[in-house]
Amino acid sequence: MKAIKYIVAGVLFGIVMTKSEVISWYRIQEMFRFQSFHMYGIIASAVLLLMLATFLIKKYHLKSVYGQPIIFNDKKRSIPRYLIGGTFFGLGWAMTGACPGPLYVLIGHGFAAISLVLLSALLGTYVYGLLRDRLPH
Amino acid sequence: MLDLIKQPWPWYLAGPLIALVAILLLFFGKSFGVSATLRTSCSILGAGKRTRFFDYNWKKDRWNLLFVLGAIVGGLLTSQLLMHPEITISQNTVQDLQAIGLQDTTSGFLPNDLFSIGSIFSIRGFVVFVVGGFLIGFGARYAGGCTSGHAISGLSNLQIPSLIAVIGFFIGGLLMTHFLLPYIIQL
Repeated sequence: MKAIKYIVAGVLFGIVMTKSEVISWYRIQEMFRFQSFHMYGIIASAVLLLMLATFLIKKYHLKSVYGQPIIFNDKKRSIPRYLIGGTFFGLGWAMTGACPGPLYVLIGHGFAAISLVLLSALLGTYVYGLLRDRLPH
Repeated sequence: MLDLIKQPWPWYLAGPLIALVAILLLFFGKSFGVSATLRTSCSILGAGKRTRFFDYNWKKDRWNLLFVLGAIVGGLLTSQLLMHPEITISQNTVQDLQAIGLQDTTSGFLPNDLFSIGSIFSIRGFVVFVVGGFLIGFGARYAGGCTSGHAISGLSNLQIPSLIAVIGFFIGGLLMTHFLLPYIIQL
């Protein structure tokens, strides 16, 4: 039954992403036009709460359900990698109105065309893997 | 109660619930980050035979595929049982979108102009689906994460790289929204 809990967390995620309309192309347009607080409120409140949880987990050395320490990995220091990669990602995010999480949720809603976006994202990931050694990081 | 669930959820309910999902995953010993599933999928499909980047121990990341399977089920359940009738977005956004030539600003999650199944075979559809999707996958892996991994997980763990990535997300997003999208819609 180890597997079920990940599915349950995913279902909760899918419901929240839908009910808060984060999966809407229009909501992403609103965000990039700074015409609504909605997306900023969602991201900011999620980050603040998770920040508090992260702080408490580190402070009290809380353990996972398997009794292991909960580990937070620091990301490698770099500027070009995050700035260039992030810019590519942002171009795709604003065009399709969806980041990877919403892509999956939208497929659940039955938007067939979105499967093509997901397949293309898979291709983009693969091409990154091919070119990785030749890109500035 | 059901009436309440059927309404659109405000940000101050959604944000904490997304944090809850991320906290659950932490206590399962995992880290919230959706775009990693794309790398895992490439590896499962055999990309590791030819490319070192995909030749890694992907079995430890299988949980994430279960998570996104759940996300698909969550979308399906909500669309069948809990959906609210329509989405009200900012009137300014509606006007801006109409000004750049988008006809459909009322249909739920995705504008029909761009996402109808027939548009797959148009140039505009190709650009939005194939180029857009490619940029998402390529950019997310290049930056080492997407909205969930950097903007949510990374920022709350005070990671400077994640802040740089989020700045990149906005550089790309603003460029697309304000300079490129008006041309793409005209295609």
